[in-house]
Amino acid sequence: MSSTTPRVPGTYVFDAAENRRGRALNRLCGSLKDAENRERFKADEAAYCEEYGLTAEQRDAVLRRDWNRMMELGGSIFYVFKLAMVDQKSMQYLGGVFTGMTTEEFAQALKAGGRNFG
Amino acid sequence: MAEVIWGLATSHVPSIGAAMDHEKTQDPYWKPLFDGYAPAREWMARHTPDVAVVVYNDHANAVDMSVTPAFALGTAESYRVADEGWGSRPVPAVTGAPEFSDHLVKSLIDASFDLTVYQELDVDHGLTVPLSVYCPDPGERWPCAVVPLLVNVIQYPQPTAARCLALGRALGEAIRSFPEDLKVAVFGTGGMSHQLAGARAGLINQDFDRMFLDAIEHDPEKLAALTREEYIREAGSEGIELIMWLIMRGALGPRIRRVYESYHVPASNTAAGMVLFENLSR
Repeated sequence: MSSTTPRVPGTYVFDAAENRRGRALNRLCGSLKDAENRERFKADEAAYCEEYGLTAEQRDAVLRRDWNRMMELGGSIFYVFKLAMVDQKSMQYLGGVFTGMTTEEFAQALKAGGRNFG
Repeated sequence: MAEVIWGLATSHVPSIGAAMDHEKTQDPYWKPLFDGYAPAREWMARHTPDVAVVVYNDHANAVDMSVTPAFALGTAESYRVADEGWGSRPVPAVTGAPEFSDHLVKSLIDASFDLTVYQELDVDHGLTVPLSVYCPDPGERWPCAVVPLLVNVIQYPQPTAARCLALGRALGEAIRSFPEDLKVAVFGTGGMSHQLAGARAGLINQDFDRMFLDAIEHDPEKLAALTREEYIREAGSEGIELIMWLIMRGALGPRIRRVYESYHVPASNTAAGMVLFENLSR
């Protein structure tokens, strides 16, 4: 019998089904590796979302920079981070958003040895 | 005949590369990490391999997630340094070892490890940061040729830890059957515990990491028996990268010597581990 995707509280386990669900969102974020695409995105974000075929929910999450929602809608952290980089936001900034902390609090929690879940 | 002279396991956190690229290694935040690398670097500089097989994963940079190979090997003459969105790292392009790669592909597929083969590949921080951990100042070129060995660790189902250890053993045999007198190093990269997203973002599990650092030397079978769920639960959704260390461990013989190890928290969101083994059973 095949395995099932693990369910771990507080954790996104990205699998093929999530990849399929988040495909348009992740393709858009991945395209932002290229400077030319970043300029086109910044010029008209909604039109750029349309071009990549995002669902309405994915589009709204991108336009509002609702990082938690992007992750819920099939985003892969490695792609979503490309969008954060356009905004010059760090992975530690995102860590703060995901955990309800400021960037400084999140960075401090790491410096103190990381967040422990026993 | 070719032989595996040493194995290096190391985290490949992008900010470790950025700290080197921007000359921040003496900043208070980074100094303990880089001080920890120094003795291993000195030893490796005295034991230069001809080729390094670098086991790593791409992070949606050069390998688009429209295709997810479980295991893949590069057979190119050279590999460009990927532009991950903020410009390529200022490090040399990577020189391949195409004939050696061809031999590895044939040997491993003959041994029923059905690898995907990359004839063109840009390499991201997953590969270049470990090279920088090994050699901080390469100048115009890296000290050795490189064979990239990619593992899917970012989309479930990843290969099992047991399969990674078995691949490592087959890799070791494949290396030793290459008819030229090559000195080969094997890098296992990624980890240690970390999780980038979700409510558990910022997870570090030092107890698990310490257990792993010990068992990778003395009891890799114990690590191979852990399920993917256990890796994700204990080491975090990105901590499952640690399965790549088992490929390195498998490629070494049963008799190894721990030359040096370091463990430091944090490197941005990650527990950074490094352990260097000399292979005594060549």
